[in-house]
Amino acid sequence: MGVEGIGASVVRKEDRRFITGQGRYVDDIKMVGMSYAHFIRSPHAHAKVKGIDSAEAMKMPGVIAVLTGQQIVDDKVGNLICGWAITSKDGSPMKMGAWPAMAPETVRFVGQAVAVVIAETKNQAKDAAEAVVVNYEELPAVPDIKAALKAGAPQLHPEAPGNVVYDWHLGDEAAVKDAFSKAANVVTLELTNNRLVPNAMEPRAAIAHYDQAEEHYTLYTTSQNPHVARLVLSAFYNIAPEHKLRVIAPDVGGGFGSKIYIYPEEMVALWASKKVNRPVKWTGDRSEAFLTDAHGRDHVSKAEMAFDKDNKIVGLRVKTHANFGAYMSLFSSAVPTYLYATLLSGQYVIPAIYAEVMGVYTNTTPVDAYRGAGRPEASYLLERMMETAARQLKVDPAELRKKNFITTFPYQTPVIMAYDIGDFHASIDAAMKAIDYAGFPARKAKAKGEGKLRGIGVSCYIEACGIAPSKAVGSLGAGVGLWESAEIRVNPVGTIEVLTGSHSHGQGHETTFCQIIAERLGVPVSQVSIVHGDTDKVQFGMGTYGSRSIAVGGTAIVKAMEKVEAKAKKIAAHALEASESDIVIENGEFKVTGTDKSIALPMVALAAYTAHNLPDGMEPGLKETAFYDPTNFTFPAGAYICELEVDPGTGKTSFVNFVAADDFGRLINPMIVEGQVHGGLAQGIGQALLEGVVYDGTGQLVTASFMDYTMPRADDLPSFQLSHTPTLCPGNPLGVKGCGEAGAIGASAAVINAITDAIGNNKLEMPATPDRVWHAIHG
Amino acid sequence: MYETTYHRASSVDDAVALFGKGTEAKFLAGGQTLLPVMKQRLAAPSDVIDLSKVKELIGIEPTGDGIVVRAATTHYDVATSNVVQKAIPALAHLASLIGDPAVRHRGTIGGSLANNDPAADYPAAVLALGATIKTNKRTIAADDFFKGLFATALEDGEIITAVSFPVQAKAGYAKFPNPASRFALTGVFVARTPAGDVRVAATGASQSGVMRVGPIEAALKANWSAGAIDGVTIPSAGLLADIHGSAAYRANLIKVMAQRAVITAG
Repeated sequence: MGVEGIGASVVRKEDRRFITGQGRYVDDIKMVGMSYAHFIRSPHAHAKVKGIDSAEAMKMPGVIAVLTGQQIVDDKVGNLICGWAITSKDGSPMKMGAWPAMAPETVRFVGQAVAVVIAETKNQAKDAAEAVVVNYEELPAVPDIKAALKAGAPQLHPEAPGNVVYDWHLGDEAAVKDAFSKAANVVTLELTNNRLVPNAMEPRAAIAHYDQAEEHYTLYTTSQNPHVARLVLSAFYNIAPEHKLRVIAPDVGGGFGSKIYIYPEEMVALWASKKVNRPVKWTGDRSEAFLTDAHGRDHVSKAEMAFDKDNKIVGLRVKTHANFGAYMSLFSSAVPTYLYATLLSGQYVIPAIYAEVMGVYTNTTPVDAYRGAGRPEASYLLERMMETAARQLKVDPAELRKKNFITTFPYQTPVIMAYDIGDFHASIDAAMKAIDYAGFPARKAKAKGEGKLRGIGVSCYIEACGIAPSKAVGSLGAGVGLWESAEIRVNPVGTIEVLTGSHSHGQGHETTFCQIIAERLGVPVSQVSIVHGDTDKVQFGMGTYGSRSIAVGGTAIVKAMEKVEAKAKKIAAHALEASESDIVIENGEFKVTGTDKSIALPMVALAAYTAHNLPDGMEPGLKETAFYDPTNFTFPAGAYICELEVDPGTGKTSFVNFVAADDFGRLINPMIVEGQVHGGLAQGIGQALLEGVVYDGTGQLVTASFMDYTMPRADDLPSFQLSHTPTLCPGNPLGVKGCGEAGAIGASAAVINAITDAIGNNKLEMPATPDRVWHAIHG
Repeated sequence: MYETTYHRASSVDDAVALFGKGTEAKFLAGGQTLLPVMKQRLAAPSDVIDLSKVKELIGIEPTGDGIVVRAATTHYDVATSNVVQKAIPALAHLASLIGDPAVRHRGTIGGSLANNDPAADYPAAVLALGATIKTNKRTIAADDFFKGLFATALEDGEIITAVSFPVQAKAGYAKFPNPASRFALTGVFVARTPAGDVRVAATGASQSGVMRVGPIEAALKANWSAGAIDGVTIPSAGLLADIHGSAAYRANLIKVMAQRAVITAG
């Protein structure tokens, strides 16, 4: 075991290039003969495209082509797909409208592309785009769920009558009804989970190159999962067979889910590169990111929770409407169903749960998974419910939670999930101690004397990560398996390359994955490099999302390492004339246990590649691959407590303290985990206080820039006090659970619970802007 | 951005001459509004005439009864100027609250006033302090300068050269920033003249841009204290309402920010 092994806060290897401005992002890449694409986008939320006149534009300097939606349809490029089939209550499959990469006939949200200009320079493409005349016939639009479901509402897709994609349910309706009929108390709550824009620092971008001689395409793009992109582009969009399409996701500046999907722009760039026989580059600007990156959340829910006379939960009933926007994005259908309703048991024993979810089309940007994806919505609903219930039942909110915690594992919830392990008391106790929960009433009284309204809010979250056993997700409708692969190449000189199907776009894999190798072999992390993000280099992989990389991708690395070590031990035993079972690996050497005989890793590797003296029948080389499919989800959990003050004069919220006690299982690199939690908390607090998408009545995006969409900044956030109460995950050899989304899942409820506690009014929606909080206080 | 021709003016006269030659010329000061608008292709000036390096437009000097801030002086320089901090600390404080460090190092007082964004900070100080705006053609009293949203008394091709601020007996500024843009959701500047008159100006709140707040002026003239404002009612009519704040909320902020400004003024 080296000092850079598991549990060491190794400084991030990748930061040298990022901090010195030497990262290589898609827009940094230039190709000989490269042309530039600029999309012509609908200014209307709903309209017929009556005609596109590009005659003037074609005469303008530098213009190579103006391509339209009709042409992409005529060329039989496939419509965008949704990769998870959901079945409605009545047994019918979900009802999806067609989504062509550029709209040939009808536009259904502001920003949807209808045509693209390809020109010698970006500016020439923009100039020409202004000369393209698109004749629209405006149609009435539905900007939100309520408008979409109204009788006589404008219809988006003929395939989806009433603008309903599906009406799905989970759980036991009869058991819940029975539980409510016997309940001593019922608590009800209606709430909205606000729509968010992901806002990765790097906007989406693509460079497509078509090699005419080889009939081969290369796509550089901002992707969290380049192999899945290739699979979908090939199998569904008919761009090229997989062996004629290479997808590279180089350095990617953040994703948060929004770069999982294969968007129209990448498809069009590939298609156009063959049309014009030139490399085509498209780099989105921030306005395009606001309009076209898949948004997140956007639920409206009604929940009822039933308690017995001892304040034990006996039942939960939830009805949720989920806004999908104008089209079904790649994983959108799974988010408010299998990533949401399956988490509605939270950390609690709830004998009966029934959830109904209706997915709805509106004339807005498509909605899909965004950091947490379904689980923040479940956690927010449940944790506001627990707080509301505690106030109604007149008991301490922490005590009510403790009384209902699950304490024995494994625990089968009524909503599919089987929790493998956890210690919810440990995390809430740690958080309560860290914030001095007992001393709060005195602090509140003191603040009151100073004219401030002080509140405290608890949130106990659980999430399902490491998604998931392929067989299980397949049975629930997923179109892909959710395993991961790894290849370990020990080079002839003993350096090691790890090829992983996970993709790092901020997570620090280039460091943490090396630490797994360092732990096992006792070599420094500088001797190991991580290769990812290129379908020509890496065998295959499912990518990074859902906090799955360490639990699934990391385990694949362990499995491949086990094979490498087994072979290396055979070679070492042969060289040292010892028994294979006597070989141990320490500090980069293979030793015969109990002796001073050893052989260093580079000598073992060299022996493997010279093959001069290998055991009889052994193949040369030292390179192994593993495909790992988990047996269960992992279940990170934790307790967050927020203490804050509200200025009654302005409604402004100021943090006093924010504590987090998380159970992520074993930590590979505590410093990186801390960073992940900070980022997640920033986004969770951002959702609670600052961020929120607003469309006007006609479907125009009001929050279309940072002048109106409030991104969290450092001075909006407190200094976080983090701690860990780990229980090791029994489902994988590393004992890891994943940490990327926890903060975004657990933080929002803690903040809103604290504000509603401070102001004594539970009617408050996110984002709790000063204006909203002031009105909640003063009416 | 559309193509444009950039000129760096060497003097005010040079700038005026260059302006006359352009078909759709625009003066560029700190560029904190013009450049983003040009990048969005929402403005297409034929010529951009950069005033930010004109020496005669930069600097801060004390006068007998006040200070002169030349037009191309940055917010950072105003915020950190010993002269301003000594004579009118509320003005230095206001400058320190504008935007973020990048904005403060580029943005200028002249640019801010000529643009007259209804949520900009400087107009509140200029109006409440009773400052005088000097241009290459004339001097304009603050009360005559601001003409509504993004509109001023400036004529085509007229350049602000400096702003003269008189030192008042009391002055204070309190700002409630828009959570997203950090412009003033409402900012209130209060000042009391040596003769006992009171001038109060609010920015960010009104549909017509920066405005005097008569009821608060009257209350403070009678009794210069935060408590004096308690009983004042600010009508919501004519105030801005958007996703960041209702008109009623802004009416409340005018009162609350005025009270806090009085407290900082002492």
